[in-house]
Amino acid sequence: MFKKSVIGTAVTLGLAIAASPVLANKTLESVKSKGTLSCGIHTGLGGFGIADSAGKWTGFDVDFCRAVAAAALSDNTKVRYVPLNAAQRFAALQSGEIDVLSRNTTWTMSRDTQLGLTFGATTYYDGQGFLVNKSLKVKSVKGLKGATVCVQSGTTTEKNMADYFRANKITYKPVVIEDFKASVAAYVEGRCQAYTTDASGLAAIRANDVKNPNDHIILPEIISKEPLGPVVRRGDEDWAKLVSWVHFAMLTAEELGITSANVDEKRSDTNPEVQRLLGQGNNDFGKSMGLDPAWAYRVIKQVGNYGEVFERNVGRNTPLKLDRGPNALWTNGGLQYAPPIR
Amino acid sequence: MRLSLPSNPRIRSLLWQILLAGLLGVMAWFFVGNLTENLAKRGISFGYDFLSGPAGFDIGERAIAYDADSSYWLAFLVGILNTLRVAVLGIVAATALGLVIAIGALSRNPLLAGLCRSYVEVLRNIPLLVQLFFWYLLLATVLPNSQQPFEILPHLFISKNGFQFPWLSPEAGVLLEYPELGTFGLTGGATLSPEFLALFIGLATYTSAFIAEVIRAGILAVPKGQTEAAASLGLRRLQILKLVVLPQALRVIIPPTTNQYLNLTKNSSLAVAIGYPEVVSVATTTLNQSGRAVEAISILMLVYLTFSLITSFLMHRFEAATRLKER
Repeated sequence: MFKKSVIGTAVTLGLAIAASPVLANKTLESVKSKGTLSCGIHTGLGGFGIADSAGKWTGFDVDFCRAVAAAALSDNTKVRYVPLNAAQRFAALQSGEIDVLSRNTTWTMSRDTQLGLTFGATTYYDGQGFLVNKSLKVKSVKGLKGATVCVQSGTTTEKNMADYFRANKITYKPVVIEDFKASVAAYVEGRCQAYTTDASGLAAIRANDVKNPNDHIILPEIISKEPLGPVVRRGDEDWAKLVSWVHFAMLTAEELGITSANVDEKRSDTNPEVQRLLGQGNNDFGKSMGLDPAWAYRVIKQVGNYGEVFERNVGRNTPLKLDRGPNALWTNGGLQYAPPIR
Repeated sequence: MRLSLPSNPRIRSLLWQILLAGLLGVMAWFFVGNLTENLAKRGISFGYDFLSGPAGFDIGERAIAYDADSSYWLAFLVGILNTLRVAVLGIVAATALGLVIAIGALSRNPLLAGLCRSYVEVLRNIPLLVQLFFWYLLLATVLPNSQQPFEILPHLFISKNGFQFPWLSPEAGVLLEYPELGTFGLTGGATLSPEFLALFIGLATYTSAFIAEVIRAGILAVPKGQTEAAASLGLRRLQILKLVVLPQALRVIIPPTTNQYLNLTKNSSLAVAIGYPEVVSVATTTLNQSGRAVEAISILMLVYLTFSLITSFLMHRFEAATRLKER
């Protein structure tokens, strides 16, 4: 399975060589005719995309897949989950194997402009950090001089680390492993003194993968900006808009105090903002996206608002214990800000 | 006028070959055209110019000077050299080990023969990837922490940092640089990382099982009369093996052994799973940092093709040299 990414890429190339191009501009139609949404997710990152003991996928990124399915197909369970390694994910999207990639993917300029992909909403504002064993008594990244650092290949983290360590004149030795679990195992077994990825990922590793979470600390430095969000193929603006507005609808719902529990009674609310979001009265903001007026209602009813999704998967009462931090609503001093539905 | 094929069979076959080559050319042209068209349709740019840009990532093990400022070209070169290092050392070790196991398997001592036969059966019947994980996690688990390295011999250390030993260091102003204990373990001297060791051990033992079988078959292919004739001349067992049997067996052994050498080199690409920065690992990172999938994979194919052709060429020369010289 570890060769899968290379094989996957090779297959994609094969498809690109042989097949005629997939239908552009028609992702929503093809999703509707298939009856399922193909959603690319993580192979196993606790809190974001992981299969539980019954084989059911859960997590923050998985909930976003469900939300898109709720909007586009009226049913949040109509999702075909495609677990992808970091190195496979873009090829899977480019080749048309998946309709949307929801796999803690950093929005960068080169990815946005060169790969035939489009980024839109940022569902999670993150930054890269370092996880170390407490016994090393390292208090900051500067103390990692000469250390061996484990990292998964095919991520922005490799490059950020190189930049940061070079700028601060810190020598280090990277151990780059393709499979996420194998790279974490190398850290857990003590091959590396530190593990680096996005801070949310570190929290997940600390909660799920190490023997005793209290033996490990996440160093205070956040060395990069990692805006994570869903990605779609370029060339289908309508689909890209739909995916972005699913996120904005969930944010708006939180802002207006609409939750999966009270959304039914909120339907009779006279607040025009609520009416516009839920498609009440003469409001029909779904039509322009090829959807019905109740698209956002279903997202909130079946999946929840942004805050609910956050708290359920990665919040204070989960093993990850993450604060909202920059992911708080703009009204609470965070960065999550949805354009108005008007 | 009826068009008829030329009656000369040589010209006829030449015509057919030209036709076939033409067809292949058209197909290649079609595929390349289709590829560029489809890539363009998806907004993916294509070209090798990115190779001269800065790679931006670090590589843990390198035989030449390289840092994140260096170009993608240099990154690939570092990866190629790392592949070469493990392939060459692996081939040497696998051959030596295979020879010993083959001779052991043919021994008249039942215990030794049994041990060697089971070695072959166990190693060649477990997938190599599983074996690599086994060796890597074994090394990562059982080796002492890098802060408390174990000194095997004076100045020779083993730890989770790998196998560390003194090494020539003219640029540091000393002839021999000894590993010294720093914050996170030993620095200085030379290091064979656990990733390299796991890959090297895995490839060498796995391939040696196949080579042992090839050699055993080659030895058994030498007619018994040869051994008996040598024995009747008064040669001892080891002499018979060295002077009579092995030289004749070599002719049978070389072609299938070449295959094993090629396999070992190609199998080294499994190292991406255990973090040894060989050429596939570098290509994977490149592919992701730059998004140049077609380019990175095509470079990979070219690299392995070149390796394989060179190995084949050398082995053909060797085979020609050992061929029976008829007078």
